[in-house]
Amino acid sequence: MSICVEELTKVYESQKAVDKVSFTAQKGRVLGFLGPNGAGKSTVMKILTCFIPQTSGKATVNGYDVNLNPIDVRRCVGYLPEHNPLYLDMYVKEFLTFAAGMHKLPDKTRHVARVIEHVSLGDEQHKKIGALSKGYRQRVGLAQALIHDPQVLILDEPTSGLDPNQLIGIRGLIRELGKDKTVILSTHIMQEAEAVCNDVVIINRGRIVANDALDNLQVTYPGKGLEEIFITLTTAGQK
Amino acid sequence: MLTVFRKEIAAYLGSLVAYIIIGIFLLVAGLFLWVFPDTAIPDYGYAGLDSFFNIAPYLFMFLIPAITMRSFAEERKEGTFELLATWPLTDWQIIMGKYLGSLAIVLLALLPTLIYYYTVYHLGAVTGNIDTGAVIGSYIGLLLLGAGFTAIGIFASSLTKNQIIAFAIAVFLSFFAFSGFASLSNLIALQSVDTMIASLGISQHYEAVSRGVLDTRDLVYFLSFSALFLVLTKTVLAGRKW
Ligand SMILES: Nc1ncnc2c1ncn2[C@@H]1O[C@H](COP(=O)(O)OP(=O)(O)O)[C@@H](O)[C@H]1O
Ligand SMILES: [Mg+2]
Repeated sequence: MSICVEELTKVYESQKAVDKVSFTAQKGRVLGFLGPNGAGKSTVMKILTCFIPQTSGKATVNGYDVNLNPIDVRRCVGYLPEHNPLYLDMYVKEFLTFAAGMHKLPDKTRHVARVIEHVSLGDEQHKKIGALSKGYRQRVGLAQALIHDPQVLILDEPTSGLDPNQLIGIRGLIRELGKDKTVILSTHIMQEAEAVCNDVVIINRGRIVANDALDNLQVTYPGKGLEEIFITLTTAGQK
Repeated sequence: MLTVFRKEIAAYLGSLVAYIIIGIFLLVAGLFLWVFPDTAIPDYGYAGLDSFFNIAPYLFMFLIPAITMRSFAEERKEGTFELLATWPLTDWQIIMGKYLGSLAIVLLALLPTLIYYYTVYHLGAVTGNIDTGAVIGSYIGLLLLGAGFTAIGIFASSLTKNQIIAFAIAVFLSFFAFSGFASLSNLIALQSVDTMIASLGISQHYEAVSRGVLDTRDLVYFLSFSALFLVLTKTVLAGRKW
């Protein structure tokens, strides 16, 4: 298992944002981490990337524990945070070279050229990040996450705010990457999950309400689309 | 760490703000040295940089927080701290990269003041009639002081997302660390306690170093002072709740 989460719990001041969440993700598959806003998706991802510590429970990435070997975890993970924060004053190439330096890559120029090609940033590579449109900024964020050719990709709402054409491009790219990496992506758009994911974890108010392969889920709930399944599961507790 | 260091310097030098801050520092220091009647050399009739070294700590109290205020506060506001903190770096590498980056800018601000020394050296009735040893001592004192203030500034910047608040906290802490203890010791009547309290403050050690005697105790004081605030910064980052 490349990612293994056991009984993960996170309490913010008074609120339980994540409540005993357990799931695994495998290499060669894309796992869709679904849930309404505020469900706790970003919190789990921040724990998996060693940005914040959990309150209890355990998480490992490629066998490395997020608390005991955080540097090893970060080395094998590429992370695109929610809202895609970037140094807007930097030029695209400068930023990617900087990211390559952070990973201590021996041949920075080659890696920068590789990711620029990979996410089709060629025409924009000499521009300032602040001058780019949202879609291109998202590609810069993705390029940053891919700079060290990581085995694990964690993408927090990678397609939010993109127009339909950009959506198709980025989704295709993620599907492609999922073939030989472990990919977790969060979203609250069900068509997106149906389009790119192999496995689905649905989380609602900090708790897991479904955890299965997409195909199996459609067998369990015959005749229903993911959208209906999602709504059934995430509103069940509220009635 | 070196990558963070280089990025910090590039970010400072790429922004106009750094040049404005350094420019104001040099201008004000120059005014005190040459123009203002109470402190200026031409009126004072005495070739020395004393007035510069007396006023410099107070200028540093504003200059350094203005330089350091953005270091963590801006990254937190823009969310880029999440990138920095999820790359394979330790918190210490981030802190030291930022600390040394800011310190390098402080040095850069200090460098042009060597012109003042050069001018005074050649201006005196007798060329070279200036106590070079004392000037070197004073510069070392100023460097150590700058290192301490920079550590305070980095710490203040880690406390908040708001650069202005970071600036205000840093100015206050720097001022208190510099002269607060001395004032406090004057308030307290007990002889034995007040020398001890005064020795906690920066000003006493700064004056000692500036006199040209580099005592290891003063050096240890300045190093542990900076270390203390960097450790505090580390504690703040480790407890991140955002
Ligand atoms: N730093 C924080 N402090 C307090 N509460 C937080 C913090 N971050 C997130 N939360 C809360 O935790 C819950 C889960 O948030 P999040 O993981 O961002 O959800 P999602 O990404 O699924 O939209 C939300 O109710 C949110 O308000
Ligand atoms: Mg989120």
